[in-house]
Amino acid sequence: MTTTTRAAAPPPPTRARGDVRGARRLFVVRELGIALALVLLVAVTAVYNPRFLNAQSRKDLMLGATILVVLAVGQAIVVITRNVDLSVGSVLGLSAFATGKLFVALPDAPIVLAFLAGIGIGLLCGAVNGALIALARVPALVVTLGTLYVFRGIDYSWAAGQQINAADMPGGFKRLGTQTLLGIPVLALFAIVVLLIAGFYLRSYRSGRELYAIGSDPAAARLSGIRVGWRVFTAMTVCGGLAGLAGVLYAARFGTLDAAAGTGIELNVVAAVVVGGVAIFGGSGSVYGAALGAVLLSTIGSALPVLRIDPFWQQAVVGALILAAIGLDRALTARIASRLRGRREVRGA
Amino acid sequence: MVRKRLGSWDVLVIVVLAVVVVVSSAAVEGFASSRFWGFLLLDVIPIALIALPMTLVIITGEIDLSVASVLGLSSAVMGQLWTAGVPLPLILPLILVFGMVLGAVNGLFVTGFGLPSLAVTIGTLALYRGLAYVVLGDKAVADFPPTWTGNMIEALPGTTVPWMAATVAGLAIVFGIVLHATPVGRALYAMGNNEQAATFSGISVARTKFWLFVLTATVAALAGFFWTMRYASARADNGAGLELSVVAAVLLGGVSIFGGRGSLLGVIAGVLLLITLRNALQLADVPADTLTIVTGTLLIISVVGPNSAAMLRSRLRRRRPATTPAAGG
Repeated sequence: MTTTTRAAAPPPPTRARGDVRGARRLFVVRELGIALALVLLVAVTAVYNPRFLNAQSRKDLMLGATILVVLAVGQAIVVITRNVDLSVGSVLGLSAFATGKLFVALPDAPIVLAFLAGIGIGLLCGAVNGALIALARVPALVVTLGTLYVFRGIDYSWAAGQQINAADMPGGFKRLGTQTLLGIPVLALFAIVVLLIAGFYLRSYRSGRELYAIGSDPAAARLSGIRVGWRVFTAMTVCGGLAGLAGVLYAARFGTLDAAAGTGIELNVVAAVVVGGVAIFGGSGSVYGAALGAVLLSTIGSALPVLRIDPFWQQAVVGALILAAIGLDRALTARIASRLRGRREVRGA
Repeated sequence: MVRKRLGSWDVLVIVVLAVVVVVSSAAVEGFASSRFWGFLLLDVIPIALIALPMTLVIITGEIDLSVASVLGLSSAVMGQLWTAGVPLPLILPLILVFGMVLGAVNGLFVTGFGLPSLAVTIGTLALYRGLAYVVLGDKAVADFPPTWTGNMIEALPGTTVPWMAATVAGLAIVFGIVLHATPVGRALYAMGNNEQAATFSGISVARTKFWLFVLTATVAALAGFFWTMRYASARADNGAGLELSVVAAVLLGGVSIFGGRGSLLGVIAGVLLLITLRNALQLADVPADTLTIVTGTLLIISVVGPNSAAMLRSRLRRRRPATTPAAGG
């Protein structure tokens, strides 16, 4: 009650506009920075060897980034709420193998069924993670480290050393991995659609904004009436579902599958998200940034051999990039925070 | 406080460990043989070794995911040094100093620049593993003298305990004393519980954390030396993925991921439980995937169990407001 009367004295809109402008500038700097790095990388590589940008190579670049982008979008949604999902690699493996198994059992199964099965398995895994985190109130890092092992173990004991070959997959499904639409691989279109939907949802929906509020300050979010447990559960479930989708895309792209598909990819995904400017402790960043981070990481992998740089450098470059990204992000946030604080102090005086 | 800490999950892990050992000795053929135990101890060494400093790091509320990459990079550098003709007695101290430098980089990013250790060490996880490949490529250096590689896994005279395992046991005692019986140890708990309060009570949080990261990487480098000798092979991919096993073992031992809670005894029991289970199941011809599921489930139970118990307790307490009036409000 008192706050409303007091707020009447200083003009609050000015300050709000200032904050929003600062935040928007931060968004622009973050995302533009990564985009710039990406453009620079592609440009330098293309100048060095123009074939880097011919049709086939462009297609390969997009295909290479597709799976990581889908995973990074899901991971970003989770990280924004100040959680993390380390089990995505295992969920991908499980869903990819399930897709293969489905086609072995029912060779005439419609492709849609494979997608439904894979996404369904992912949603289920994500719901398990989410329920453990939201109901038992245990940290996501521990739960998903546990389910990383559990899901992978289930995958291995299900596969029992079996391998599924491309020959077991119906032609229509395999063609998904090679077909293009207007020069864009069909698989990459999935990633783009996922990205746009997630980006629009996080930006324009109330529940999407609530995810940011939860990540900024879970206690404050709870006090302001946000159903934190439910939102985190949903975020984890969506992330699982996207990992399931990534598994189906993996099956379509590679055809040959065993239980080890996607092993260790979780750290790449988290790296992509961090490089993309999503703060590891939640509350800021965007799925666009995360997707750019994923594209950047996978493009580095393709660019190094073209630049005649020993491919052994790839991982080291990725590591240095992560450190640079979080360092830069820190410096940016510190500057903006101090600028906001300065403005507030001036007004207070 | 210490009594209370020891009272819950750690004791349960120790009891479970004892039950597993007793049941396996009775039911699994060959489990009780001493030759088997020698191998078991050798398998446990890298994880147990790195779990010691990792326990301290997690108790302060930080994490270090780069340990396995430090192990791999140390192994790769070791291979190059050996190829260049540096004698092994000189390589060991060089590798340890190298580990200190790697840890100092982690520490600088975390304490100097104030960045979250989770993100920093995911970065150095990639960076150090990448550098390991830069240093050694996909080659393997395997021409280490058999006297060294043999000695590493040799048992102490008259026993089946490899001397490296005895070294780890000695280190575990040192770490246990430091953590549970010195002001430094209490400072680590204080930091993990409330960093601000720790700062105001005169603990130099940043400096302590910095040296913890240095210590962790140094121990990881030692584990790299051991790993290289044990398998008589220096490779860039040595120990890949080990970081998650180490973290899992520490958390299984009852250390809270939020810091401030846990004991070294629980961690040791957690490490032993993981390895004993693995070897018992292997001897019993249970496929390895089952063990992966068991490991993950144990890890989840280790956090869900105490948490649910605490929630239940607080709910019961709330129902009887007379006993603790503060909790009701």
